Parts: sequence; C-alpha cells; structure tokens
Amino acid sequence: MRVIAIFKRVLREMLRDKRTLALMFIAPLFILTLMFFLFNTSSDSVAKIGVSNVDTTVVKAIKNKHVKVHRYSASATAKTQVREDNLAAFIKQKDGQLTVTYQNSQPGDSALVRQALQGGLTKIRVQALAAATKAQKQALQQQAKVLKTLVAQQQKMAAAQGTTGTASATTAPTATQTKLKAPTNYQVTSHYLYGSSDSTFFDTFLPILLGFFVFFFVFLISGISLLNERTTGTLTRLLATPIRRGEIITGYLMGYGLFALVQTVITVTFALTVFQIHMIGSVWLILLINFLLALVALSMGIFVSTFANSEFQMMQFIPILVIPQVFFSGLIPVDQMANWLQWIAHIFPLYYGGNALMNVATRGVGFGGIALELGILVLFAVLFTILNVVGMKRYRRV
Amino acid sequence: MVANTIDVRDVAKKFGDNPVLKQISLQLPVGQIMGLIGPSGAGKTTLVKAILGMEKVDAGTTTVLGTPMPNRKVMQRIGYMAQSDALYEDLTARENIRFFAELMSVPKTKLTTAIDHVAQVVNLTDALDRRVSAYSGGMKRRLSLAIALVQDPELLILDEPTVGIDPELRQQIWTELYQLKSQGKSILVTTHVMDEAERCDYLMLIREGIALAQGTPQQLEKDYAVTTIEQVFLKAGRLQDESHSNL
Repeated sequence: MRVIAIFKRVLREMLRDKRTLALMFIAPLFILTLMFFLFNTSSDSVAKIGVSNVDTTVVKAIKNKHVKVHRYSASATAKTQVREDNLAAFIKQKDGQLTVTYQNSQPGDSALVRQALQGGLTKIRVQALAAATKAQKQALQQQAKVLKTLVAQQQKMAAAQGTTGTASATTAPTATQTKLKAPTNYQVTSHYLYGSSDSTFFDTFLPILLGFFVFFFVFLISGISLLNERTTGTLTRLLATPIRRGEIITGYLMGYGLFALVQTVITVTFALTVFQIHMIGSVWLILLINFLLALVALSMGIFVSTFANSEFQMMQFIPILVIPQVFFSGLIPVDQMANWLQWIAHIFPLYYGGNALMNVATRGVGFGGIALELGILVLFAVLFTILNVVGMKRYRRV
Repeated sequence: MVANTIDVRDVAKKFGDNPVLKQISLQLPVGQIMGLIGPSGAGKTTLVKAILGMEKVDAGTTTVLGTPMPNRKVMQRIGYMAQSDALYEDLTARENIRFFAELMSVPKTKLTTAIDHVAQVVNLTDALDRRVSAYSGGMKRRLSLAIALVQDPELLILDEPTVGIDPELRQQIWTELYQLKSQGKSILVTTHVMDEAERCDYLMLIREGIALAQGTPQQLEKDYAVTTIEQVFLKAGRLQDESHSNL
C-alpha cells in the first residue's frame, strides 16, 4: 500500500515534468536518428583517385563504386593534383611500378583507396594466373598428344622388334595418366553469419546503444530525483511516517522501472520500424535486459546520489561512472583489450548488459545463453538496493 | 494509560566534537501543550528529531506513547511538521496531503473527508488543487501543518509551525491547537516567538544544548521575578553566560 503510494507519486511527478519526460523519451530517438544517418552516409562515400600513365587494365580493375578515377597526363605530379583537385590518392606508373600518394587527411578515404587498389591488383593477378594455367593446360594437352603418337609409334616398333621395348613402353601410360587439373576459376560468394552485406555499424551498435540510453537516463533522473528528495527535506519527512526504508526504494524502483520500460519500448519500436534494423533474437529478451539495466542504473543512481549535495555534483558522476561504461559495453571489442582492461570491464554493469544485448540482437541467442549476464545484472541491482536501504539508516534508525 | 506522552531522559548528542544536546530531560503529560523555546542553534530541532527517533543519540533514552524510540509503528500516531517545508512542488496541495495520508494508512473511505477537514483548518480549501510551486511561504507552512494533522494523531510535534504566517492565521492555528488539546491530544511546539510561548501549558527553555528552565509560564515568570517570558529568557541566558565566565 505504501509502496503503491510512492509509486503513484513518482509517476505523477514525472508526468508533470514535461521536459524530463521529453528528455527520457525523445532524446534517445533524436540521437538514434542522428547516428543512423552518420553511419550510413559514411558507407556510401566515394574517394577520388587521380591516375597518370597507369595501364588501362589496372584502372579497370581498381574501379568500384567507392572510388572515382580521374585521368591525368603523364606529366602531372601527385602533390599538385592532390591539392588542387582534392584527390584522396594519386597513382603514377613507371614501367611495372605503381606509386601511390595518399592525401590521408581522412583516413576513411585512404582506406577506401587501399581497398580498391588491393582488390584491383588481386583481380589482375588472378586473371593472369588463370590465363597462365590455361596456356599450360593447352601446352600439356599438346605434349600429351605428341606423346601418344610417339607411344603408338614405339609400340608398333616394339611389336616389330619383339620384347626389347617393354621397359620404355610401360613408362608411356603413366605420362598419359597424369591428370590435368582444370584451372579452378575461384569465385567468391560471401555469406554473412550475422546481419547481411548491408549491415552497418549502426545495426551492430544499436542494441548496445539502447542499453546505454536506458542506463544513462535512468541513472541521471532517478539519482537527481532522490537527491531532490533529500535536499528539500521530503526524505526526512517521509521517514517521519511508518514507511519502511525498503518500501521507499521499492516504490522508486517500480516508478522509474516503468518509465525505463516505456523508454525501451519506444526506442526499440522506433529502431525496428523506422530504420528496419536487423534484430535476430527475441524483442522480449531485449526488453528484459533493458529493464534489468534500468534497475541497476536506478539503484546505482540512488546510491551515488547520497554522495552528492547538488544536481551539479550529481552530474560530476557522469564522467566517472557512466562514460567508462560505454568503453566496456562492447562498442569497442573487449576481448581485444589489454588483459588488465578486460578485468576492469567486469566491474561495469553495462559490460554484461551490452554483451547480452549484442548476443540476443545480432546472434539470436536465447534466454539460456544470456542467463549468466542477466544473473549478474540482478546481483548488481540487489547489491545496490541493499546498500541504499542500509544507507538510509542515516535518516532514521529503524 | 500512559502518564507522559513524551518522556526524554538525559539525552546527549554530539555532532563531531560539537555537543548539541547535553543531558536534556523532558516530560510531556497527556493532553498538554509544551513549548520548546530557545534561540536558533540551541538544539531544538535536534531534540525533536531525537524524540522522533530520526537522530541517533549518544546517551539517554526517549519514550513516546509508552514505546521506546526509535520505533517505526509509533510514527503513525505522531503528526510531525518539520522546520523546513518538505513538500512535493510539482504536485497539488491535495495530492501532497493524500500522499502522506496514504503513508499514514488513513483508510480510503475517510481520505476525502480527512483532506477536506485539514484543508479547512489551515484555510487552504480554495487553493487545494493548485500546485505547491505556486504557493507562498505562508501557504506552504499551512499545508505542512495540514499534512501533520491528516491522520488525526495522538501527538503533534510541530517544529516552528507559525514562521511566515500572518497574525490572524496564527490566531486561527492556535485556536485549532487548543481544540486538539481539548480532545486529549498532546502537542510539542518549538518556537522563538515569545507571545506564543505564553500560550503553552509548559515551557522549556533551551540554550546551547542545556535545559535552562522548565515549568509553566507563570511559574517561570515568578521564579525569575520578571513579568514576561521574554524577560525570563533573557535573564536565564545572562545567568548562563555568567556561570560560564565564572568557571
């Protein structure tokens, strides 16, 4: 009953505060939209390449949809052309030697050129190899023919000469038996285990971003809300009623938990319908993970707020407690980090949340596969909740 | 039948090295109004919080309504008005009262009448559905009092209830306090307004964490051979300072 009173009050206060409400529900959509366009435009970008005196076969091979080739006269120099025409790279050929000059002010463009060049040269090499094998095959076939006629002649001669020619005759069939392998024409077909060829950063990061939004906003809003409760004296006033300390925390968990859930539903629905994100796993599991993350953020925010004396001091916890979590949430692959960093990752709730979200959304892992992560998140929430209930003893002894 | 609603014995409290309460004892008989007077920083609020069981004391015991404090269940029988208005500014006055009434387990059926009644007592009936953020200081004080009254408690503990309230309304509030007293309720009021002190049945003067004097207003005036409580207060203070300098 008292829990319900707290729960209702938290909801009512939240609904009255339109700006905070907008922050919670609209800000994530705004950021998602921005990121969607940012990441998508980068994959369509085209790098300009200047070529001078380069063989047409090479130019043809290099060309793909990410590079645009401009031809220059043999006398053009890399430095001037790159500067004047804002080329990503300039390729000059002297005999068999290709010299590439990168502008390199945008590493992304340089990478595109490198890819095109590598791809092109490989193509040429493969073509050359194929041609060579073909030629070899023809030569071998010709040789085999010649050999055959030779053998036939020999056999005729042997038949005429008696058994003396057997030794040389037996060698001939082995030569003909050498199977000629047809030149394999390697054709690459790519299969993508997760996502598809149009998977972008966005697809992979979206689930983690969702988790992060929930964590960040709930952490901030619940922390500040309890801080206000403390600084305005309403917390003391609350504790002058027969309410249990646990009931206050539970009411808070329910109230903000509900908002976090609504926030997740809105952002997930938005991402799925507007951006048509590939989500392999169950949406319900995504919601569950986010809800648990919200509970952790909530209990953590409330806990941390006891060490802050103003909203400003609450904001100071963001660079210390929230930003580092982003690094370990899976946006940067944790298993490629230094060993000690990997250890640090394990103390951040978002590491487990991000892992679980990634597994469900992009790998379609079921409940069993993320049970460990979920369990650890629950543990985090329980730990901070207990700390909060005990910490409130400062305001009332029972 | 409990003789004393509040029974505080030899309570002492230090904040760090700074003693706020030194060996204070206080008894509030049932159905009486006791005034706790003293300058700001005397330790009135700390004593009030110690009585409520919200402040940990270093020594001594407090018993409220026959129960040693701290005790969560006894809270339900105490109406508390804090020194600072602890209100939810985004909610309306009605929502504020209702919220605290729910925490105090006021039955749902009585909720509406209880809210209307206390609103009337503090003269806020017309402003009940306005948000608290639009309230003046005096209105907030009155709302805090209404919240303290809502569960019809046996004991009222009011920390500076009439600060920022105009004389007419103060009169009204005191009439209500006498009304409650006549119903057998006990009231503990802290104040530093001397004319209010005269209206209490018992007075306790606190200064620098020490109970300087205790008794009915008339008796105190007689003891100190003065005609007003204000003079009692001043004289007692001077005597305390003198005894300090004599040490």
